Amino acid sequence: MTQGVGVAGIYVRDQDEALEFYVGKLGFRVHTDAKNGDYRWLTVQHPEQPSFQLGLYKPQPPTVDAATAETVSTIVAKGAMPPLVLIVDNCRTAYERLRKVGVEFTQEPVERYGAVDASFRDPSGNGWKMIEARG
Amino acid sequence: MGTESESNEGRAQDPALLRRLLRAKDRMDAASHEEWPVERLASVSGVSEAHFARSFKEAFGVPPHRYLLTRRIERAKALLRDTEQPIIDIALETGWQSLGTFGRVFKDVTGESPSELRTREQAATHALDEVPHCYVSAAYRPNLTMAVSEKRRREASDTKDSEDKTEVPK
Repeated sequence: MTQGVGVAGIYVRDQDEALEFYVGKLGFRVHTDAKNGDYRWLTVQHPEQPSFQLGLYKPQPPTVDAATAETVSTIVAKGAMPPLVLIVDNCRTAYERLRKVGVEFTQEPVERYGAVDASFRDPSGNGWKMIEARG
Repeated sequence: MGTESESNEGRAQDPALLRRLLRAKDRMDAASHEEWPVERLASVSGVSEAHFARSFKEAFGVPPHRYLLTRRIERAKALLRDTEQPIIDIALETGWQSLGTFGRVFKDVTGESPSELRTREQAATHALDEVPHCYVSAAYRPNLTMAVSEKRRREASDTKDSEDKTEVPK
């Protein structure tokens, strides 16, 4: 694939914490981790999806002003950011593995309409739906 | 509670507190049929009981027990629509302790009785298979901008049942 979405990002409250979560727990890999003063461009990749990077950004000056950064932080912490979906081969297996390493699940695996799904949040409050790939 | 401000006049709530309040909301979402007394919710959030309800309302716009009520009604609506379960079973499964209370609150909130809603919804067709379930489900959540007791009061010119002050859906 040469055309398409390359990076989409989420706001996190702490980039070190987010890195530990997405890489250490979910199994993503670091794609780019570039610091420039206080600013840090951090993206991770799913190991099976090399054409896409998930950005883990902290809302902070200079990209946004301090008051906006604070507003955005509260929105993230309230879980009001848009939903994210992670596709897995086996939802129950992934659930067991991730739960053991301390991922905060908000819904256990449930089967509906022939597919199994579960929900979890990252430490910042971003909500993920984990859905089993339909065969 | 530590250095975090729970009562804040005019200031934004601390994101760390909001994240913990979100945990209480998530827990109600996951098990809306269970009883959620304030002490249980406060403990999930690591907030004092005295501050919990106000902090939650400030964060999410509705008092915690009204939020719980909307989730129960939403779930009941889905069960009425998607299953053939008897209404009494749906009432008990979604956290009410009697059919009477369920039917009354349901009608107060939605404007229809459970059986009316079931008949209407089941006649309609739904093409939402491609949308993850929880987002479809959220579309059926009642938007309760006032207490049920207040809604009831406004809709009934003959206000007879003002005894029901509590929003705790028991």
